[in-house]
Amino acid sequence: MNSKEITTQISEAADSLNLKKWDYGASFSNDYSVQVDKGEAKQLKASQKQILTIRVWNESNLVGITTTSDVSESGIKKALNQANIASDFGNKNESTEFSPLAKDPIEVKDSKKRNPVGIKKLLTLLREAEISLLESHESIKSVPYNGLSESFYERVYANSDGAFRSYTKSQAALYLYARAEEENKKPRSSGSVKLGYGVEDIDIESCIKDASNKTISHLNYSSIKTDKYLICFSPESFLTIINAFSSMFNARSILDGVSLSNKNSIGEKLSTEALNIYDDGLHEKNISSSPFDGEGTPTKRLCLINKGRLENFIHSESTARIFKTMPTGHAGLGSKVSVSPDWIVVEKSEENSDLKTSLDHTTYEGEFVYIEELNAIHAGVRASQGSFSLPFDGWLYKNGKKISIESATVAGDIKYLLKNIVNIESNQEVTTSGISPHIWVDELSITGDA
Amino acid sequence: MLSSQIKSNEIIFGSCNKDLLEEIIFYGIGLGADFVEIFIENTDTSSVLAEEDFITSVSPSFGRGAGIRIFKNKKDGFVSTNDLTKNGLMRSVSQAIEMLDITDNKKREVFNGLDKHRDYSLSKKKWINEVPSIHEISEKLLVSTKSLKKNNKIITRKGSYSRNLQEIIIASSDGTYVSDIRLHQTVGLNVIASDAQYRSSGSRRFGSSGMPHEFRLWDHEKAANDVFESSMNMLYADYVDAGQMPVVLANKFGGVIFHEACGHLLETTQIERGTTPFENKLNEKIAHESVTAIDEGISEGSFGSLSVDDEGMEPEKSVLIKDGILKKFISDRAGELRTGHKRTGSGRRQNYSFAAASRMRNTYIAKGEHSKEDLINSISDGLYCKSMGGGSVGATGQFNFAVEEGYLIKNGKLTNPVKGATLIGEAKEVMPKISMCGNDLELAPGFCGSISGSVNVTVGQPHIKVDSITVGGR
Repeated sequence: MNSKEITTQISEAADSLNLKKWDYGASFSNDYSVQVDKGEAKQLKASQKQILTIRVWNESNLVGITTTSDVSESGIKKALNQANIASDFGNKNESTEFSPLAKDPIEVKDSKKRNPVGIKKLLTLLREAEISLLESHESIKSVPYNGLSESFYERVYANSDGAFRSYTKSQAALYLYARAEEENKKPRSSGSVKLGYGVEDIDIESCIKDASNKTISHLNYSSIKTDKYLICFSPESFLTIINAFSSMFNARSILDGVSLSNKNSIGEKLSTEALNIYDDGLHEKNISSSPFDGEGTPTKRLCLINKGRLENFIHSESTARIFKTMPTGHAGLGSKVSVSPDWIVVEKSEENSDLKTSLDHTTYEGEFVYIEELNAIHAGVRASQGSFSLPFDGWLYKNGKKISIESATVAGDIKYLLKNIVNIESNQEVTTSGISPHIWVDELSITGDA
Repeated sequence: MLSSQIKSNEIIFGSCNKDLLEEIIFYGIGLGADFVEIFIENTDTSSVLAEEDFITSVSPSFGRGAGIRIFKNKKDGFVSTNDLTKNGLMRSVSQAIEMLDITDNKKREVFNGLDKHRDYSLSKKKWINEVPSIHEISEKLLVSTKSLKKNNKIITRKGSYSRNLQEIIIASSDGTYVSDIRLHQTVGLNVIASDAQYRSSGSRRFGSSGMPHEFRLWDHEKAANDVFESSMNMLYADYVDAGQMPVVLANKFGGVIFHEACGHLLETTQIERGTTPFENKLNEKIAHESVTAIDEGISEGSFGSLSVDDEGMEPEKSVLIKDGILKKFISDRAGELRTGHKRTGSGRRQNYSFAAASRMRNTYIAKGEHSKEDLINSISDGLYCKSMGGGSVGATGQFNFAVEEGYLIKNGKLTNPVKGATLIGEAKEVMPKISMCGNDLELAPGFCGSISGSVNVTVGQPHIKVDSITVGGR
């Protein structure tokens, strides 16, 4: 069945069960991926998946939900039945409705959908990439984590009020993580990830070069003394920390009591006036962009921090109603509708005179720690408390030289970090999770072995 | 209901599918495969969330699908699909054969048909009717969250429950033909406490396998007391000072460090990748002689226990480390093929859309002879890690774990609570420093995410002392 037929099927089945109000979200995908090991194919994978999530409203306007991979006629009926039963336990304290924007026009850009290149082509390209990476430096002994994949998918939202939206996309991903070994030294590992609409859009040479350069740059390492340091966050690492604490902008988290913000936090000064942060799911560089969210609300650009002050929260339909505003296109369909950011864009505002512009990671000759990549986010972040303690890959810059840091963690508090931003460099860089310039923060604690 | 409606030429749960499965396997072998494996599942899942004094989410789901794996020489092709018809499964076999570029079908492996059906599900079909109803779950969760409301510093209270009933069929060209039903239930409590600028959290999770009545027996009052006390103890805690120091890790979930930092390095997938420092250390000393470590899938009711693994092998009890000497790796079919280490009944996957891989089950450090007090008394200046948060291990073996509830040890006594501690190290450097093991082994359930998805596991240990480790702080 295609998405129109599924909508019809659900509508007819709902009628037969006397369910007047329903909506659904669905995803249909075909994925192909390969992994290699020293020039040989290791595992080749293909999958065909379909996921259907149906919500129904009972006579008391309580919502029930069911998710299934069975989109046959009998599967759809069973899902509606289960959702109807679950609606008896619907949340009486927070009602859910259709998004008032579910029928608004959506911004449909050129989806740049590509055709599959096929498993054999994927395998050939990955084999060549692995060989090139192994040959790039004598210390690189293996590429233990590697993969090349392509996905083709359709996402759908429809409801009993006549809303119907769908889009199709393709996406490809390449990751290469190399391991370097030298005598009497610990093995070092680093890598690179590249995304594209299709395999032909991925800059494979650049992925190889990045993985090689990063790995080699960590070969000469040293432990770092435990102390407080001036820190330069790479664009990737700063976006990691902002995403980890995105509950600060999240209306659902505020209502659940797990955010550092509260209903009255709009306008609160969080950082230097030089900082702007947006959520921009439709940004042209966002390969995974979606024109609407799980409730069918159109995706849009939203300012989260304007000149250092909290400007907006991200919302679902129900949180927006509670906050007396409109949904922002950040909802995930579920029994309890989740809210999450799409694509964070960090930039320097016009009010930037207080920044220490001499802090430039390419020219600054004083001592600082450069954080290239933060790890173990799920373990080291306490979003509800604002604290973090995270291992990282990076370098200590001292006396005009840089040396890789053997093993260390950076610890602090997100509010302290935002308040202590001392420079926002001018050049923004595109990463897999958003866009940001390098960000400098004064006085964060680093724990090393020394 | 787990059983599907009967249709011709389609996999039917609860019925004999032998002829259809044999036909599909013959088809794959006929096309030149060395080995054909079919994994089929039917799942029925429910989860319930209570927040404060209300049920805020009830999420049922169901699904079915098949994962087909074809081996040729040492490489494999894996195809997953929701289509369980004969045509759908044949198409998946063809796709896997095509991916592997198998063109020479003259040198055929022999398939002698499937063995006698090993049906582990016979005594388990009643489980679906024995598990608690949504109504029963909701009532108990609400009582649990009410129990957390012990003072006005508790600002957030949550209780969550989920159960997964998974019916599986496994058939492969070595004759394996197995059916089973698995039941996993897990329940957790969380609080956030707040007072002025101070904030803390507390959480506990419990889980079982194959015990439909376990949730009814769960002592929610004790759990609520534990979570509340933990959050209160940590509410006004200072940040720990960073540095090298001896630590005592508590029993139960303290075992997550061994699981993450050492256990994963003993999976054959790590040998295949060349990412374990223990690859050539079999029968060599890799840990302090006080350390014996076990991985097994047989403890009754434990979260990582199985009647049969996802490749149709009964799980064994594997002594990984005996008195500090490395004795065994955790292996699956691909691991045995590619590394030579015999299978241990550890081929596991999250669901049909993942190929099985060597994964831990119930993994723990065996008990020693010391009391908890012996360990603490032996330290003049160190850290007691009563409750561990999550952690991770990097590609070169460095680990990092958050301490959820920690206390300073001064002159052999527990003193002030401290927050923000992180344990940092490498398995091969830390394992020889585990110098004392307590006599109070206990296990705790968890979820482990890795190459074949998220699987239910148990971690465990008695109290253990690590002579020196890097503690990250402020």
